[in-house]
Amino acid sequence: MLSIKNLHVSINDKPILKGLTLDINPGEVHAIMGPNGAGKSTLSHVLSGKAGYTVTEGSVTYQGKDLLELAPEIRAREGVFLAFQYPVEIPGVSNIYLLKAALNAMRKHHGLPEVDAMDFLTIVKSKVKLLQMDEKFLYRAVNEGFSGGEKKRNEILQAAILEPKLCILDETDSGLDIDALRIVSEGVNSLRNAERSFLMITHYQRLLDYIKPDVVHVLADGKIVKSGGPELALELEERGYSWLEGQAA
Amino acid sequence: MSGAAYLTSYPELAASLPGFDLPWLQGFRNQALQTFAVNGFPGNREEEWRYTNLSALNKTVFVPSANQLVDEDWLNRYRLDDAASVVLVNGQFSASLSRLQDLAGKVSVSSLKQALQDNPAWLESRLGQAVTSAEHNLVAFNNAWFTDGVVIDVAAKQQLDRPLQILHLVTQADALAATRNLFVLNEQAEAEIIETYVGSVDSYFTASVNECLLAGNAALTLYKVQLEAEKAQHFGGTYVKQARDSRFMHHNFALGSGLARSDIHSDLDTAAECSLNGLFVAGKRQHIDNHTRINHLKPHGISREFYKGVLDNKARGVFQGRVIVAEDAQRTDSEMNNRNLLLSADAEVDTKPQLEIYADDVKCSHGVTVGQLEEKSVFYLQSRGIDEATARNILTFAFANEMVDKVENAELKALLLKELLERFPAISL
Repeated sequence: MLSIKNLHVSINDKPILKGLTLDINPGEVHAIMGPNGAGKSTLSHVLSGKAGYTVTEGSVTYQGKDLLELAPEIRAREGVFLAFQYPVEIPGVSNIYLLKAALNAMRKHHGLPEVDAMDFLTIVKSKVKLLQMDEKFLYRAVNEGFSGGEKKRNEILQAAILEPKLCILDETDSGLDIDALRIVSEGVNSLRNAERSFLMITHYQRLLDYIKPDVVHVLADGKIVKSGGPELALELEERGYSWLEGQAA
Repeated sequence: MSGAAYLTSYPELAASLPGFDLPWLQGFRNQALQTFAVNGFPGNREEEWRYTNLSALNKTVFVPSANQLVDEDWLNRYRLDDAASVVLVNGQFSASLSRLQDLAGKVSVSSLKQALQDNPAWLESRLGQAVTSAEHNLVAFNNAWFTDGVVIDVAAKQQLDRPLQILHLVTQADALAATRNLFVLNEQAEAEIIETYVGSVDSYFTASVNECLLAGNAALTLYKVQLEAEKAQHFGGTYVKQARDSRFMHHNFALGSGLARSDIHSDLDTAAECSLNGLFVAGKRQHIDNHTRINHLKPHGISREFYKGVLDNKARGVFQGRVIVAEDAQRTDSEMNNRNLLLSADAEVDTKPQLEIYADDVKCSHGVTVGQLEEKSVFYLQSRGIDEATARNILTFAFANEMVDKVENAELKALLLKELLERFPAISL
């Protein structure tokens, strides 16, 4: 599914990722944990194609393609989805318009006709229910005036409709209270299947109580310094990151 | 000098202008002509014209045209079915194209020419009440050159039972369409009027003046939909006198022309309300100037102004918003806002809010922003599979659409959406 080899990334000549290697197979859920400044968000941005990052070394292969060569919208249409840490507010563009435009862009890319308006509404409404959202959200401007929890639910709603192959969750738990965290996690869990892979970026172990990862990685100073099973997250919760940070050098 | 060619040809033209046989109107026109003759068209040396250069009016001499030919299919693209309509072709009223038969009630709608024949004394006491040649020389020009127009008189406590659309069409190359329109709303009268400016030829000059006289408690909603042809020169001034407790709601959609200037000026008596909304969208080398003046003369007036500009390529936009609160106008409540979006490095906007407050107990605010599309928003849409060009179009459209959303007339809203979407291709709604 995704193979990252020796990835080096800089922002304004400042190295952030310094040789990151990671392989994700179809259906696997990987969690990346790490202290602030380790490069977690840089990784999610580079994978989704945000401007401002320079890849100085290494490669990212996604389904046999060089991911870094693809424009952000092509990555999205090929099935890479980033759930933003800070979803952007877009006044004047309704949620339902964005969902439809995005779905149709994807369908066109794959040679499919535009989605039928009635079918679309049926699909969207079922997903809205799944995420325990009010249908009114569909007709409001994208994320405008949404609470933190509503924004994160909205991200998962988009994922549920676009049905990505690789779902990157960037600090999806940040800013959520326990109830919102539970709803968002249930949404994510409902998307899990044998083909779909997840890369969860998080600072805290808390999210992993709700979404059980197959593999946990620790990212420190731009590299994966330790990988293990779910039990690694518990160890991190207890001991912090400092005992691992030395290993990055 | 500026305007010289127009002055030379005036004597020959004068006899064909309506009301030539009325001494008072002759005097009115002659005085305007003398004012115009001093400096010709307004120049950049005048503060109110600093940003707008009218030299194109001297390069081509635009002349009135008697041509009444109109492709009706083309006209119907702009005609609102639910509205009554007055059609002016090349500055002349067209009885055959207008649809006034459905307009019921104590409302009089006629061409200016007809009104000058039927009710000259009524017009004499009203023409020039809301604006004079002293305003600037395009008003003087209109005073001297106007060929026809629309006169609407809504009796007290009456309302138009449907919106009235005034279609200003130009179908003759290098034509001058100088119309003079008078909207009189008596006590508690109400009306919705939609001005639409379009041209089927490239080069022409529209110079139109509206005077609106609102009696106590009257309410006028006036839309201006300026869709002039790409090389057209457009001047359209709306001057309003608001009596006590009257309401004036104006929506200015300036999307067309090579060069356009709008004046929207209103004088407010006690507790009058004035709301000015505007959207100007310009690309290529278009130049769109919006000049507004809200003059609070008496206490308790309310004014709200919100203009948005979208400038692309080498286009230039101007927003001049002046609010004057006279010493006597205590408890005035006024807000002004202008937001602009620049889509290219060569686009320009000059925005000049001016508050002149002579009263001490008032609530007045103003705000201006000039910015670009937010890159994080563009990326957000891209990350959902939407290509960059479409993402930019969607965001620009969303910015502009906020003003279209304020339009309550559904048919007009649809026309505006269609026009707006043509300017931001690749979006489907």
